[in-house]
Amino acid sequence: MERRVFLKGLGAAALGVAAPALGSVNVLGNVLRIGLTPVFLDDQAAFLNRWRDYLAFKTGLQVSFVQRSSYREISEQVNAKSLDMAWMCGYPYVMDRDRLKLMAVPLHLGKPEYRSYLIARHDEGEIHGMNDLAGRVFAFSDPNSFSGSLYPRFLLHREGRNYEQFFRRSFYTWSHRKVVEAVAVGLADGGAVAGYVWETLARIRPEITARTRVVSTSPVYGFPPFVARKDVDSAVFTIVQNVFLDMRGDPEGERLLETLNLDGFVAGTPDMFDEIREMARLVDQR
Amino acid sequence: MMRFRDLSFRYKIPLRATLLVLVTAVMLTAANVTREYDQLRTDLFENAESLGQVLAMTLITPMLHDDLWRAYEIISMPVQTESPASLGAETMLVLDSRKRVYTSTRPREHPIQMDLAQLGATYARLAQELDAAKLVSSRAIELPEAREFHLLMPIVFDGVPLGTLVMEYPKSIFQPRFVSIVNRAALITLLVLAILLPISWYWGRRMADPLIQLADCMSRVGDNIPAEAECRLYESRDEIGRAGTQLKLMLGALREKEALEQQIIASERLAAIGRITAGIAHEINNPLGGMLNAISTFKRHGQPEHMTTKTLPLLERGLMQIKETVAALLVEARLQSHPLTAHDLDDIQTLLQPHIVKQRVHLVWRGTLTEPAPLPSTQVRQILLNLLLNAVQAAEAGSEILCDIRREATFLQLRVSNQGQPIARDRLAHLFEPFVGATAEGHGLGLWVTYQLVQQMGGSIDVESSEGVGTVFSVVLPATEPVS
Repeated sequence: MERRVFLKGLGAAALGVAAPALGSVNVLGNVLRIGLTPVFLDDQAAFLNRWRDYLAFKTGLQVSFVQRSSYREISEQVNAKSLDMAWMCGYPYVMDRDRLKLMAVPLHLGKPEYRSYLIARHDEGEIHGMNDLAGRVFAFSDPNSFSGSLYPRFLLHREGRNYEQFFRRSFYTWSHRKVVEAVAVGLADGGAVAGYVWETLARIRPEITARTRVVSTSPVYGFPPFVARKDVDSAVFTIVQNVFLDMRGDPEGERLLETLNLDGFVAGTPDMFDEIREMARLVDQR
Repeated sequence: MMRFRDLSFRYKIPLRATLLVLVTAVMLTAANVTREYDQLRTDLFENAESLGQVLAMTLITPMLHDDLWRAYEIISMPVQTESPASLGAETMLVLDSRKRVYTSTRPREHPIQMDLAQLGATYARLAQELDAAKLVSSRAIELPEAREFHLLMPIVFDGVPLGTLVMEYPKSIFQPRFVSIVNRAALITLLVLAILLPISWYWGRRMADPLIQLADCMSRVGDNIPAEAECRLYESRDEIGRAGTQLKLMLGALREKEALEQQIIASERLAAIGRITAGIAHEINNPLGGMLNAISTFKRHGQPEHMTTKTLPLLERGLMQIKETVAALLVEARLQSHPLTAHDLDDIQTLLQPHIVKQRVHLVWRGTLTEPAPLPSTQVRQILLNLLLNAVQAAEAGSEILCDIRREATFLQLRVSNQGQPIARDRLAHLFEPFVGATAEGHGLGLWVTYQLVQQMGGSIDVESSEGVGTVFSVVLPATEPVS
């Protein structure tokens, strides 16, 4: 608690005096650039503007959100130092763990964990598990998504199967939400989706999730975290980290969390993602 | 059951006008619908083609990258966003280069990777079309058995065919437009009918009324010919007007002919009666003369006893009465008399005076003679006196009797009229026959005698008698001035 108060004071100091100096050192062009990936429902422009303004106000920095069509592009931009921070999946995080610093892990249903859902069409009664999807059409979200790609591939790998032979056809929708849509319209017979996204979508667009059915859920894994480049100024890192960790502390932060369907953020530890790393090693032989 | 041809023109004309309007409306609507169909069809295919071209270009990258979801998003966009009224595609289907389903906006009916030919009869036909010729540019296909129009659009990259875009448009897409055209046409037709019906109704009446008058008038021609006043006929120079005029002329001619016939019948009858009476009179006159002579001789030379002296004058008076009656019947202008003068006319007025006073009527005398007319005065005096006495008798007290005398170059006209009760129609036909006008005061030979006298002078006598006007006798006597 004392540490928080101290950090808050530091935040205030940064807001008042140090911000320009900080920006000139390590934040590119005085703008804090945060990459976003479809690990959440990123197609809500007005909400993103509100969140960005909130972060800018709280950190005293100019904040800009950067969205790209795939996880890979965000990872590459972080590596290329054109992004300072990013909300990315645990899978690319563990792949680039050496260059990244864990900043904040979201809390969903009170825990920094989520699951991968295997979904099918609501009126398709024959599908009870991955094995029933053999020879059918399957929708992945992003090749670099843990819940939407790595985990279902891991399930097949565990059975000694390869997804390219197991399914008649599979495709990527590049977003969890679109996996739900692809299954809902019948384009795919089954799909893998982040449980968090499916649950959130069920709250705001129940007519889409109503046409799908959760066939099975995975055990819990580390929730896609906010990460920063290791070389981002530690003061800036701390300020931003504290803004995330304290989001529950003010009404606007509360409202934003409500929209995100999250309970808050914790600092988290890298070992939360060790299982994902192990899985990636197994499946991708990396 | 009334047939259309039996209907009055009053109804036929508006009904025909209505029929014309309806036929015109139906034909125009049909033409409009046909034109609209062609136009819509052209529009549809043009729209489809330009949309198809854009989509085919956009689909190249996802297909090259095998990004099935993006391809689905591209084709589902126009299908989802376009409203049904805007000629939007109903279904879109992307085939890969082996004519298998790559993606479709109806994925449940078109499973991914299924052969086009296995999707159903319509698609099998489309597959045949695709096999038949290499698709170089878009091709519109209208299969008669299909519910949809199809547009095939090749997806080609750098000359390499990647696949085919199939766009489906329901054939019923035009229906709402057709319905709206037909509805609009029906509304306009009703409006036109609402305006035209009263007009054509009025026209129908305008055209039919003269015909109806004509037909009514003609149907009245039967035993008797309608008088001019009874037939109200339309006057104009068009065909109906001409028919009316012609009918009037024909009726006039018929009336004249009828009058002439009756006159001939009357005069023939009078001539026959004249002959009979003349014959009988002669037959009676001869023995009568003998009998009167015998009585005369007996009175002069015989010695009659007392009884005979009393009886003979009785016999003689009876025979004399017969003689007078016969003489009256046997009108003969044997008597020579002086030509008619104004003095003779004055005499008649003098003779009439006591009767005028007795009946309390006024005599109006018009015209006189300026010089003697070459007509026997005795006969003319008798004619005029007979007519005037009859007029005075028939006149009501206080009314006027008119005597009009007109001397023309070739004839003398006498007109005597009163304002009394008209002569009954059936009596009028036999007016000049003997004993017809017999009353308490006369033997009814006056007009017979008058008629005979006029006939003997080669003249004519007419009578007109009607309610309100009274009775007019008019006598025309030929009187040509002797060339001297």
